[in-house]
Amino acid sequence: MRAGANLARTGMLIAGFALLYGPILLLVIYSFNASRLVTVWGGFSTRWYAALLQDAQLIASVRTSLLVALFSAVIATFNGTLAAIALARFGRFRTRTIFAGAIYAPLVMPEVILGLSLLLLFVALGIERGLWTIVAAHATFTMCFVTVVVQSRLAGFDRALEEAAMDLGAGPARTFLTITLPLIRPAIVAGFLLALTLSLDDLVIASFTAGPGSTTLPMRVYSQVRLGVSPEINAISTLMLAVVGIALLFFAALSRGHGD
Amino acid sequence: MRPASKARSRRNWLVIAVPYGWLLLFFLAPFALVLKISLSQSALSLPPYAPVFDWSDDFRAIVEKLQALSFESFAGFFNDSLYVDSYVSSVVIAAIATLLTLVVAYPFALAIARSSPKVRTILIGLAIAPFWTSFLIRVYAWITILKDEGLLNHFLMRIGLIDAPLGIFATNTAIVIGIVYSYLPFMLLPLYAAIEGQDQALLEAAADLGASPWRAFLRITLPLSMRGIIAGSLLVFIPAVGEFVIPDLLGGSDTLMIGRTLWNDFFVNRDWPAASAAAIVLLILLVGPLLVYERVQLRDEKVRA
Repeated sequence: MRAGANLARTGMLIAGFALLYGPILLLVIYSFNASRLVTVWGGFSTRWYAALLQDAQLIASVRTSLLVALFSAVIATFNGTLAAIALARFGRFRTRTIFAGAIYAPLVMPEVILGLSLLLLFVALGIERGLWTIVAAHATFTMCFVTVVVQSRLAGFDRALEEAAMDLGAGPARTFLTITLPLIRPAIVAGFLLALTLSLDDLVIASFTAGPGSTTLPMRVYSQVRLGVSPEINAISTLMLAVVGIALLFFAALSRGHGD
Repeated sequence: MRPASKARSRRNWLVIAVPYGWLLLFFLAPFALVLKISLSQSALSLPPYAPVFDWSDDFRAIVEKLQALSFESFAGFFNDSLYVDSYVSSVVIAAIATLLTLVVAYPFALAIARSSPKVRTILIGLAIAPFWTSFLIRVYAWITILKDEGLLNHFLMRIGLIDAPLGIFATNTAIVIGIVYSYLPFMLLPLYAAIEGQDQALLEAAADLGASPWRAFLRITLPLSMRGIIAGSLLVFIPAVGEFVIPDLLGGSDTLMIGRTLWNDFFVNRDWPAASAAAIVLLILLVGPLLVYERVQLRDEKVRA
């Protein structure tokens, strides 16, 4: 019986990972196909990658995406961390319910609603849409993810450490800087990376809040995809997957190094 | 209030002020606007709606305008079968997809959770990793697979299983497949957490008492993982209802899902009041599942405390 259970488990694992990684793997393989047709293998080629380098619009969109992600993640991390401290440490304060509600709501709210409401705000305020409106929109919807990550860390460590520092005469600012901040730093870094990833990946909110001169990479890919499958998109996809894959391996190695 | 606590309160507000102000400006104010515009009439101008309230309104004007508020967009909503159909089909598609995701994810999560502790962490890491890659690309991959001249049909016809393409692409079936695939990590993680934390001794006890593995699973593992099932299902169902990318790329032109209808109203038909009203109704539709989610979380916290 034991052997049978093991066999079933192995089979399930193989099937599960095949489902998860199969489609991604196919994209990577076909990005090296010399033929334009999916069903014909025309031999190995890197011509589609060479074509990408000539695509000035694509390169501009990569730049826009990186800038938006960086700025919005910094703002979201700052706001999200402060909000986490408020929720984890300040107990009941006036309008806490509204504050908490506004923080958690974007976690589950459909992106179309967030995008639509922010666009209406920018129109009402007469703000010209562009890079900075996307930054503001992304900072708003990624902030809640930072808060959740940091708050769980704050809830997880021993408050006696903070109390001891206070008893020994450290002021609140000093206690925060020497005790709390180092303890929650991993969570802040994780929150920042999450915000960065979510911003880089977002299509819907960016489409609502972008202006004519600020197209992000997902927007660019989306407009290409709508025209149909093409080897160029496979090549962009493979590059994007490679960047994420390398980053994940890097952090896995890093966290393993810490564990030892 | 004692001076010390007053000082603390002031300091606390200093910490809260920036994130609070940010949320007021970029989250709460926009909602007020959506509500306002959903109540105004659509107009051929830029922005394409007739303003309802003005900053310059005096009290009497506000009262008059309140009386003349247009519920046209909302009324249009229930008369217009497009919207009602969009909601119904969004909920149905999302529900079917959620159920299927659960069916696919459960044995997978179980297999990971029952692996040896060392392998387990690596496996769950690998299972979650696709979440970090682009959503758009993961959906796009299925176009290549599902379309009539795509890989699946090509393969099935080559081995002689079918004579003509299955015609899955651009149907609701394709949307369901897209949702199951894209949201699998959201279901896996809570399921894994709920199964992994269970005491294996319970299963051994059940086996000692003569229960078959299947019976032990139904009576012990499954009920104990109910929290993970509920959390995972909500994490899939809620975003799936408002999904835009998947129905747009994998669905057909006749596919109705509310996220897409709203998008089209906004970008194609430029009917902002209708889009705003659609957003408000979608929000109300999601409040129910959200309340369930909050109650589950509250219960969790109580159990932990």
